[in-house]
Amino acid sequence: MDDLREKYLGRIKEAGDEAGLEAVRLEAVGKKGEVALLMRGLGKMTPEERQVEGPRLNALKDEINAAIAARKASLEDAALEARLAEEWLDVTLPTRPRRQGTIHPVSQVTEEVTAIFADMGFSVAEGPQIETDWYNFDALNIPGHHPARAEMDTFYMARAEGDDRPPHVLRTHTSPVQIRAMEERGAPLRVICPGRVYRADYDQTHTPMFHQVEGMAIDRVISMANLKWCLEEFCRAFFEVDGIELRFRASHFPFTEPSAEVDIRCSWEGGTLRLGEGDDWLEILGSGMMHPKVLKAGGIDPSQWQGFAFGMGIDRIAMLKYGIPDLRAFFDSDLRWLRHYGFGALQAPTRHAG
Amino acid sequence: MKFTLSWLKRHLETEASVDEIVETLTDLGLEVEDVEDRAARLADFTIGKVLEAEKHPDADRLKVCKVETDDGVTQIICGAPNARAGITVVVAKPGTYVPGIDTTIQVGKIRGIESHGMMASEREMELSDEHDGIIELQSGEVGQRFVDWLAQNDPAKVDPVIEIAITPNRGDALGVRGIARDLAARGLGRLRPLDTPKIEGRFDSPVAVTIDDDTRDGCPVFCLRMIRGVKNGPSPDWLQAQLRAIGLRPISFLVDVTNWFTHDLNRPLHVFDADVVAGHLRVHRAAGGETITALDEKAYSLPGGAIAISDANGVESIAGIMGGAHSGVTEQTVNVLVESAYWDPVQIATTGRALKINSDARYRFERGVDPAFTPNGLDHAVRMILDHAGGEPSHMVVAGAVPETARSYELNTDRVESLVGMSIPADEQRATLTALGFEVSGEAPSLSAAVPSWRGDVQGEADLVEEVARIASLTKLQGKPMTRPAQVLRPVLTPMQMRERTARRTLAALGYDECVTYSFIDAASAALFADEIEPLRLENPISSEMSHMRPALLPGLLQAAARNQARGVEQIALFEVGAAFHGGEPGEQHLLATGLLVGPGPRDLHGTRRAPDVFDAKADAEAVLAALGAPAGAQVMRGAADCWHPGRSGRIGLGPKKTLAVFGEVHPRILRALDVRGPAVGFTIWPAEIPFPKAAGTNRGALQMSDLQAVERDFAFVLDAGVEAQKVVMAARGADKTLIDDVRVFDEFVGGNLGEGRKSIAISVRLQPREATLTDKEIEAVAAKVVEKVTKATGGELRG
Repeated sequence: MDDLREKYLGRIKEAGDEAGLEAVRLEAVGKKGEVALLMRGLGKMTPEERQVEGPRLNALKDEINAAIAARKASLEDAALEARLAEEWLDVTLPTRPRRQGTIHPVSQVTEEVTAIFADMGFSVAEGPQIETDWYNFDALNIPGHHPARAEMDTFYMARAEGDDRPPHVLRTHTSPVQIRAMEERGAPLRVICPGRVYRADYDQTHTPMFHQVEGMAIDRVISMANLKWCLEEFCRAFFEVDGIELRFRASHFPFTEPSAEVDIRCSWEGGTLRLGEGDDWLEILGSGMMHPKVLKAGGIDPSQWQGFAFGMGIDRIAMLKYGIPDLRAFFDSDLRWLRHYGFGALQAPTRHAG
Repeated sequence: MKFTLSWLKRHLETEASVDEIVETLTDLGLEVEDVEDRAARLADFTIGKVLEAEKHPDADRLKVCKVETDDGVTQIICGAPNARAGITVVVAKPGTYVPGIDTTIQVGKIRGIESHGMMASEREMELSDEHDGIIELQSGEVGQRFVDWLAQNDPAKVDPVIEIAITPNRGDALGVRGIARDLAARGLGRLRPLDTPKIEGRFDSPVAVTIDDDTRDGCPVFCLRMIRGVKNGPSPDWLQAQLRAIGLRPISFLVDVTNWFTHDLNRPLHVFDADVVAGHLRVHRAAGGETITALDEKAYSLPGGAIAISDANGVESIAGIMGGAHSGVTEQTVNVLVESAYWDPVQIATTGRALKINSDARYRFERGVDPAFTPNGLDHAVRMILDHAGGEPSHMVVAGAVPETARSYELNTDRVESLVGMSIPADEQRATLTALGFEVSGEAPSLSAAVPSWRGDVQGEADLVEEVARIASLTKLQGKPMTRPAQVLRPVLTPMQMRERTARRTLAALGYDECVTYSFIDAASAALFADEIEPLRLENPISSEMSHMRPALLPGLLQAAARNQARGVEQIALFEVGAAFHGGEPGEQHLLATGLLVGPGPRDLHGTRRAPDVFDAKADAEAVLAALGAPAGAQVMRGAADCWHPGRSGRIGLGPKKTLAVFGEVHPRILRALDVRGPAVGFTIWPAEIPFPKAAGTNRGALQMSDLQAVERDFAFVLDAGVEAQKVVMAARGADKTLIDDVRVFDEFVGGNLGEGRKSIAISVRLQPREATLTDKEIEAVAAKVVEKVTKATGGELRG
């Protein structure tokens, strides 16, 4: 029996493939295999002999079966190894082309601004880009002869012959949305109004179209000090610099009184702009307390309500925040520019994630 | 508005430094735009003394001078007639830049003799036009810097020129005195008193003035004096220097006086040569078409309604804007009429704009000069003329009367705190207003402030608050937190605002780069996308490339694609989400989201190179529609607009009238017109057209799922090539609306053994039993129904 064991374990070890292994299995432990034949001989034995031979034969059968299973696994492994070795690919090859889209900085910054002001209780109002001169000027306390009108480089829509109304304008600022928002929503009110605005000006730092965001808060108790806080908080959140300091400087806008230009503390050391440090001041926006006439134009009683308003350039704060040098490039759609300054589709700004 | 430091100090007694003044002005709302340090460019000139001056051996007019300088005695060749021993001069040593001749001095030889520098004239240092000889100083030490000498002896020549931007409300700050008043109110010095000149008229002016009845609203008051026997000529040095410092050219004394008072007291004046004026002066409205050659030598035709000043000869002056050349004064003028009038700002603005004349007078009158100062302003000028040019004045002719501007406003002193948020004591508020010229009465907290005649901009309490806060300095303002909503932040965006964002982010996620293109395009491009472009036309476009409001986003994107192609970019995927315009009235704009795929498609080493086709555009359009919540039942129809390939485009809509999107290949004609190399496909979505869900709420409804095995059966139909797949799908779906869960087209085969004009469409129909597993018989019955419906609807047959 030891010979038998030696013989088959040796042949199992030598089997080179699954077929060979199966042949050995049939010969050894198959129905007509040598071990099976021996087992059949057990019946002719005395009970005493059976007591001894039975377990021995069973053990032999188990051992052979186990050896076959082990050999089979090792053959399979080898085959897999061989296949995998053949399946080698040059993984340094590039992938299938897949486009990566981008969000324009103007859209991104508009969403950033919206998220911050929403947190302070402001909602978003919109208005038409072609405006009547009443909404764009008169309602904002800029009467027909006012020098501010001439200074605004206004675009006018052509008038059809026989149409004697004053020509419509391309809104020169987002301020007309103030009036529309007051008309629609009344007081108290907190809104921002982002959007395209137009002025007939084109040079290194001006484009005939750009983007503004107007902000307005109307309440019974609200002051310029609240305005300053609101803008400081905005700037700290937007520029992601906690130490930002603003300076209010007296100025004049027809639609606010008092009016202030707002400067932000900065440094230009080494040609790089750093906000919140240094001794320089950079003008970033205009603001003030809403003129009583403007409140009235929006249908709000100035003896009961007061409010602040401000306006700033979206493109401009985008340039400041992201270090974008040239305003004109914003509207040129140069793919190199869009991909460099653009944002990922999933980078939607939120207050909790920044 | 420009002025020099010394000019300011005529009105303001102050020890403040230039830096302090500049900083304060800006803080007061008089924003300093520039400070020109005129001394800087003369810093290298030093004082020398001529020891000897001998005739040049080879030139009659030149002298060889020995000049003592801080570097010792040097030799300078000089051509000035006054170069002589003993005089104190200004020396430009080698290396010094001389601005008046735009040259840096070098050591050189003049007619064979070395010269080590130059002795300068006033003109060479741009101090005046004086060039009759070199400067001779009456004092000064050898080696002293000339600018230091000037600072001590003639500061007006080199002190800094300050330029400030004046906001439209501050007409009063268009005179140096108004600026000084602001600074004094801030405490930066004391406003010097301004005396009222006393002019004793000696005779009645032979020239009278009348104002037409219909013109009195535009010219409430007109004051005039004649001065006989003046001697006109160049102005005194100080006057010339001040005018030159602020960029004005001295002309003659009489003219210079008017310019000087324009800037000094914000009092524009005009002078006529009395000997040219014929008869009396009449202030009247132009009928229209009257012509005049103004002082700028240009001819103007007056618009009807403009105010003119005429005599028997016709129009002599465009009132308040510019005088006429004909009656203007000259060096020979001996009898002069000096005019000081008050013109209505709106009147001046309208006429000035119509004539396109930008004069200092117009600039001031349209921002408001002090009407009450009209007569006194005249006399200030007359006083100066009499003092310097002699002559005898007439009595003052006054037509009309100084308009009434007196008004008072209540100021609640607590209002500053409630409006601005700064705590300013009532006494300080009173002092500020008083310093600005207001007459304040009453007791805090209820003050009454009478507005000075020069502050036409102050029209109510808010203006008083502004003055108080401005003078106190807004720099001191401290932020105070606003109240915050006492609740968790709620969404603030409207459903449309959300759609705009979703469309944008979906398109970026689909691999498109977002563009922001101009809202205006050229007429030709606009006409490709709109039937009627006249309502979209701008009256005053900045260029012909930007003449019309865009009727669609596609032209701007195609132009952007062309620009990128010109830069060598091949694969282009652009999108824009923004407004397009369907008319020229407010509100005639609609939100669009347009995507554009251009180019041959990227080379792909793992597959074949494929240009984007109409199905790429359709897929992306459908993806955006789905993201925006468009209903699943939207159909694809023919009949997209002309800008698309007629056979390779479609509309996605709800019924024939409601279009949610179009997609397709861009029409080759459009590509050619816009210089784009195709292929190009694209799509446009109308986000506002997608119906908003009727029921608000967050409930999504229960999910209906069956555990029973679904069955899929495939069918192929042979059809006329023109039959659209959608028809097959709809018909199949209609075979059993409860059992058929989904119908998908998975193959299209055209031609081959099917024959010309025939095609095969293969669909997979999925049956989802709800109650019990389907039997073969049931399946067969549905299959037969599918075949029947499809063949009936399409005229095709089941493929054998």
